[in-house]
Amino acid sequence: MRNSSKGMLAIIASAALFVLTGCGGSGSSSAKLDADADLASQKLTVSIWAAYSPEDLPSKFEEKFGTKVTITNHATNEEVMAKLTAGGDSGIDVAFVSGQFAQALAQQGLIENLDKSFIPNSANLVPEVANLTYDLGNKYSMPYAWGTTGICYRADLMKGNEPTSWNDLLMPKPQFKGKVTMLATERWLMLPAQKALGFSANTQDESEMNQVKDLLIKAKANLLAYDDTTFYERLVSGEAVMVEAWDGWCNYGIAKNKNIKFMVPKEGSDLWADTMVVLKSSKNKEAAHAFINYILDKDVHSWVVDNILYKVPNSAAMEKSLPALAADFPNMTISPSELLKGEGLVDLGKAAPLYTRIATEVTAK
Amino acid sequence: MVKNPFWLKFSLIFILIFLYLPIAVVIFMSFNASDAPFTWSGFSTKWYVELINSPDIILGFKNTVIVALITTILATTLGTLLAVGITRFQRSTTIEAIALMPAIFPDLALAIGLLILFNLLYLPLGLHSVIISHALFCAAFVTAIVRARLLQVDPALEQAAEDLGDSAVGRFFRITLPTLKPAIIAGALLSFTLSIDEFVIAFFTNGPTSPTLPIVIYSMVRFGVSPEVNALASVVLVVSATIVILAQRNVKVKDQI
Amino acid sequence: MLKSQGRDLISNRARMARLIYLAPGLTYIAIFMIIPLGILIFYTFFTRGTYGGVDFIFTLENYRRALDWLYLSVLLESILIAATTTILAFLIGFPVAYAITKLPSNWQNIMLVLIVLPFWSNFLIRTYAWIVLLNTQGFLNQGLINLGVLDQPLSLLYNPGAIVLGLLYAYIPLMILPIYSALVRIDPSLTESAINLGATTTQAFRQITLPLALPGVLVGSIFVFVPSIGNFIVPELLGGGKTVMVGNLIRDQFLKARDWPFGSVLALSMVFMLLMLFILQARVNRRVGSNG
Repeated sequence: MRNSSKGMLAIIASAALFVLTGCGGSGSSSAKLDADADLASQKLTVSIWAAYSPEDLPSKFEEKFGTKVTITNHATNEEVMAKLTAGGDSGIDVAFVSGQFAQALAQQGLIENLDKSFIPNSANLVPEVANLTYDLGNKYSMPYAWGTTGICYRADLMKGNEPTSWNDLLMPKPQFKGKVTMLATERWLMLPAQKALGFSANTQDESEMNQVKDLLIKAKANLLAYDDTTFYERLVSGEAVMVEAWDGWCNYGIAKNKNIKFMVPKEGSDLWADTMVVLKSSKNKEAAHAFINYILDKDVHSWVVDNILYKVPNSAAMEKSLPALAADFPNMTISPSELLKGEGLVDLGKAAPLYTRIATEVTAK
Repeated sequence: MVKNPFWLKFSLIFILIFLYLPIAVVIFMSFNASDAPFTWSGFSTKWYVELINSPDIILGFKNTVIVALITTILATTLGTLLAVGITRFQRSTTIEAIALMPAIFPDLALAIGLLILFNLLYLPLGLHSVIISHALFCAAFVTAIVRARLLQVDPALEQAAEDLGDSAVGRFFRITLPTLKPAIIAGALLSFTLSIDEFVIAFFTNGPTSPTLPIVIYSMVRFGVSPEVNALASVVLVVSATIVILAQRNVKVKDQI
Repeated sequence: MLKSQGRDLISNRARMARLIYLAPGLTYIAIFMIIPLGILIFYTFFTRGTYGGVDFIFTLENYRRALDWLYLSVLLESILIAATTTILAFLIGFPVAYAITKLPSNWQNIMLVLIVLPFWSNFLIRTYAWIVLLNTQGFLNQGLINLGVLDQPLSLLYNPGAIVLGLLYAYIPLMILPIYSALVRIDPSLTESAINLGATTTQAFRQITLPLALPGVLVGSIFVFVPSIGNFIVPELLGGGKTVMVGNLIRDQFLKARDWPFGSVLALSMVFMLLMLFILQARVNRRVGSNG
């Protein structure tokens, strides 16, 4: 009795799955937005990293437009992706995800093409953003912050031995062994080795990735830990002297200890961007567009910069914020054209499992 | 009375030190003047002030307690009934395995499976979906604990009551339940503990507007643990300890009556 | 199953009672666990979509991949770490549970709550507290250096030993509570009469107390082993991400590779293995139960 009823359930579930998931098309499409929509009657749920936006942003937006904004946090891209791709309505209207994930969402038909007529402030963005490879022409995403990855280090503890190359991180000098960390997220775990060996950060070539793997396994012996979150605190405490870090993150360390410095190794690095996307399942698309537009306003975006110490691709905003920050946080002055020398990260498509497998092999050894 | 050997007292002292050493660190660091998670920079009570002004954390805490309380009631009921059912009324190991499987299932896979199920059912996500999910695996723990106790209890007592004409319901409340009381309490306690700190399943089955405390804290981990959170943990501990001490006084009186 | 066990002997009232006891729990499990389980099993036969999600192209490739030595070695290491944790939990937990039963009854409740109380604060915070205690710039090392006991800090973290410590700390109440629950029900007059009849305390303990406590020990062991093997936070924080356990593996497949079919295979293999363990435990329990 129990067995056959379980069987029935399985069949019903399968049928339901076919119907529901089979219906999702690929590629995004545009909704028709209503220019006269009453924003005060809409509500927004925004998913973003913790402390990655000014605390008063929701209330300031509500003051101006009447829309209630609820901020929900995710700690990693991967978590929010799982929620958004599980089918159904996640309850999220606007999501902040890194560029290559926006690309994946668009490919799965989960996000809207943006109606630029509702985002006039996108004119504030530097022209280079149209060349961001994960979304050429910014069809379905607007960049919020961008930067590059490099080495964040204690200059006072490394006098005379400052790093210049990714190899200084991967194969540190004996006195620095065991005081080095690398990022744990796979794309950034691979990056130093990929660049040190002269490969693309988006390579799907298995033989190249195997060489990357071998180099990373050798490097593991010198590592203190893989760390995505507290690496700058380790620099501050002195537990580590050199860490792989995103430029904005490094600034948090610099704010606590002036001896910390950031550099981009000579082999080059990546260009990453955190973007804003609108979910197709959102019932508040006008408010979502207004929110994105609000952020791209030069004063608001500048306020963001002052708050999170990351670079934004908004020339007017950067002009406003840089004077106060440039001296303390030199990596804020990296120009858009400099940044674009970095290799933009795109979704790996079919090669994603290869990267995960190699990451597993490296971390499991 | 059996003499208590030295190693018994020692083991109690050891476990208390082991369990409370990190707690001492948590409380200590809640008074840290800076927000560095690993280094001490001087004494300050400012994080307790920040805590009161932190609506996210307070909201998360409130939601967590609501979820844990309802989950415990639901899980203890389901789990106890199930434990009696599988121990007294059938011999199949398969049914037993099914009853206990939610406790064995890897939480991430279960979380995603449940999320997909809720989406299929067009069930909007919120605290209720977290409660449903938490009750599922907490019930399995209650079942296991109650069952372990039941296996030692002589069924003859209940048989006798049945032979004497007691109804099934009467038997349950007059004989079964009192025998099981310590196990049920242990199960309920465990259920509350598991739910209050559960992150993975809560994260995926929750709606975005009503986070539980573990969710709030986990997403703040980006910067290492802020002393505000340490302050909250300290407050929770002190309040719970106080409640427990007060409750104990009541129990002591009851036992003597 | 239910039908085959001497149906004629069970009265109608008993059948009703059985239904009342079993139906609520089993229905709940059927809906909220069996169906999701079914969904995941369903997924294992299909392929990962290019950008995530599931493409409905039938394949057995996921099962073939799971047999790769890489994943088996991760499983083995996880079993090793979880087993070590469980054994330590037993060695520490059993004496503690036994000691609690010897306390006056109101103290027993206090002690039980004291043991559980730390777990009403947050797991992440407590784990970070161990990092604060044990890292090279942390309290323990700096304290020992200041006392002159050490010249160089000890590297206590970011290795499998630290993972065992973290898991032990996280799950030891799950060993103590069931053992306590089993021990407290044992009639003390059993051991007293054995001693009166000439047995030593140790013999009485070994032949009476221990076997009667066995169901609790087995339950406690499963309660510690199972979450230990699936935990992915402790290996990441206390292990420094340098040791991969099954939980990390499953998490990586579901979240990073966005390969839900393969992630489901790994999760289901783990469930299967644990189920076998559990059934073994249940068989042992039944034998003890019928003798006890």
